[in-house]
Amino acid sequence: MSGVQYSITARDLCLWYGKFQALKNVDVKIQHGLITGLIGPSGCGKTTLLRCFNRVNERYGYVTTTGEIKILNKNIYDPDVSLIELRKSVGMVFQRPNPLPISVYENVVFGLRVHKERAALKKSTLNQAVEEALTEVGLWKDLKDRLQTKATGLQLEQQQKLCIARLLPLKPEVILMDEPCSALDVEGARAIEELMFELKGRYTMVIVTHNMAQARRVSDECIFMLLGELIEHARTEDMFLTPANPKTAEYIEGRYG
Amino acid sequence: MTVASNPSPRTQFAETRLVRKKHRSELIAKCFFGVMAAAMVIPLILIVVHVVKQGMPSLSWEFLTTNPRLGGIRGGIWSAIVGTLYIVTISLCVSAPIGVLSAVYLNEYAKENWFTRIVHLAVVNLAGVPSIVHGLFGLGAFVYAAGMGKSILSASLTLSIMTLPVIIASTKEALASVPVSFREACWNVGATRWQTIRRIVLPNSISGILTGVILQVSRTAGETAPVMLTGVATFKAVEGTGLFLYNPFTDQSMALSMHLYYIATQANNAPPSLPYAIATVLLSVVLLVNASAIGLRAYLRSRKKW
Ligand SMILES: Nc1ncnc2c1ncn2[C@@H]1O[C@H](COP(=O)(O)OP(=O)(O)OP(=O)(O)O)[C@@H](O)[C@H]1O
Ligand SMILES: [Mg+2]
Repeated sequence: MSGVQYSITARDLCLWYGKFQALKNVDVKIQHGLITGLIGPSGCGKTTLLRCFNRVNERYGYVTTTGEIKILNKNIYDPDVSLIELRKSVGMVFQRPNPLPISVYENVVFGLRVHKERAALKKSTLNQAVEEALTEVGLWKDLKDRLQTKATGLQLEQQQKLCIARLLPLKPEVILMDEPCSALDVEGARAIEELMFELKGRYTMVIVTHNMAQARRVSDECIFMLLGELIEHARTEDMFLTPANPKTAEYIEGRYG
Repeated sequence: MTVASNPSPRTQFAETRLVRKKHRSELIAKCFFGVMAAAMVIPLILIVVHVVKQGMPSLSWEFLTTNPRLGGIRGGIWSAIVGTLYIVTISLCVSAPIGVLSAVYLNEYAKENWFTRIVHLAVVNLAGVPSIVHGLFGLGAFVYAAGMGKSILSASLTLSIMTLPVIIASTKEALASVPVSFREACWNVGATRWQTIRRIVLPNSISGILTGVILQVSRTAGETAPVMLTGVATFKAVEGTGLFLYNPFTDQSMALSMHLYYIATQANNAPPSLPYAIATVLLSVVLLVNASAIGLRAYLRSRKKW
């Protein structure tokens, strides 16, 4: 044993949308505490794979999944797994920042309100959770006097950070990010990337991106997918310098869209 | 290098004949559509002015607050106003909760399967059934089969059945207008469907839901055929002028719509201004309710933004 801990271990994962197979026998191990980039051309199944990790795909009735995914050594497709508890541990951040149309404060404590008994939610606990989470994402200074304003009125970058902050009070193991910067300008993207560095080590992050430069900058490991198959999974430097698979090389050099 | 087909910079972006022609048809189209839109307003104004003017001689505070006498052709309309109030209130107290809750079920919980397809079909078809048919149904179902007799309750329930599909449809629309991204945000922190609905979906669709419900008030107040068959009398003498004139479980009542119909078509010797006065009251009720719906929606809208 090398002592490497894996947060997510997927074995032989297949997924169908109706008759269309979007994931084909994906095997992947994602290391604890690292940032793993997920790259590949449009429609190759990045979002789909990401959404398997917190089982949000199943919201559509016509999705079938086979194989297993272990998170914290528990197969999340076991029948005794509660989706509610799973999503507490595996949070997701979307392409478009989607703060809820309530106050900044309520956004941050939303998870706690949803998961904890009302009696366990003392005002002081909530206040502390808000301060901790906002500090962690670097919003506390800017927003501490505006906690009661509507979150939907913030700048996009702040909204996206808030969406990350919203996950933190639940102490997630994994944070999934689906193109978290693509709705932001360069500055905003940079800020989110820095935030990811800040969070590294405490949380395992999986980030889908179309931006090669970004994948290179932020990720420790990289996964390349093509047409629903996992083509290559390697340390980021290795993948970008000496890709093992010629298809990976072609993609990185920009030969597919 | 010069461009051969380009005569001189002076005429470069000038209007050509074709452009002028386009402008002209644009203008004509705009005027035409504008006139059509205005034509919508004119009948409304004409109706209101005509009705109010004709009804003026009978209208007075007296008229509103005293009960009808002599089979309805003398006196006021207080008991009819109260009857309408009872019927509208009871019927909405039944149809609003049922309609809103079933719409929430259909929009938020139900998966696409044969059961929901049947419910959808029923809703759509029920909305298209003429009101007189609802009246017949109410007569058979509530008055006879359920043994409620001709009563305010039967009439109200009949109207509930009639408004239910519309409330379901409008509520579903209001719910569907809440962006999916909010729901996704909720699911992704592990909120159950009910938590999502209670904390996010309902607060953000309440304006639409309420508007839909309120608009049914005016519809219920205006219906004649269904209530005539199920619990509204052409004339009913009552004592007193309070709000508690009827026992809704056993009594028949009068109602504005029915009273108007009766006075306008059946009653002899009624003053010619009487039906118009009743119509004025009915119209005011309807317009008032609609205006309050619009006001409420505007108010709730102004408080939410995303
Ligand atoms: N809800 C769905 N129903 C049916 N097919 C879907 C659905 N979502 C995705 N697909 C299909 O599955 C395949 C993978 O989609 P996915 O969204 O995972 O790709 P992606 O790699 O995230 O693409 P992009 O980079 O454009 O976001 C695509 O061919 C897509 O058409
Ligand atoms: Mg995607």
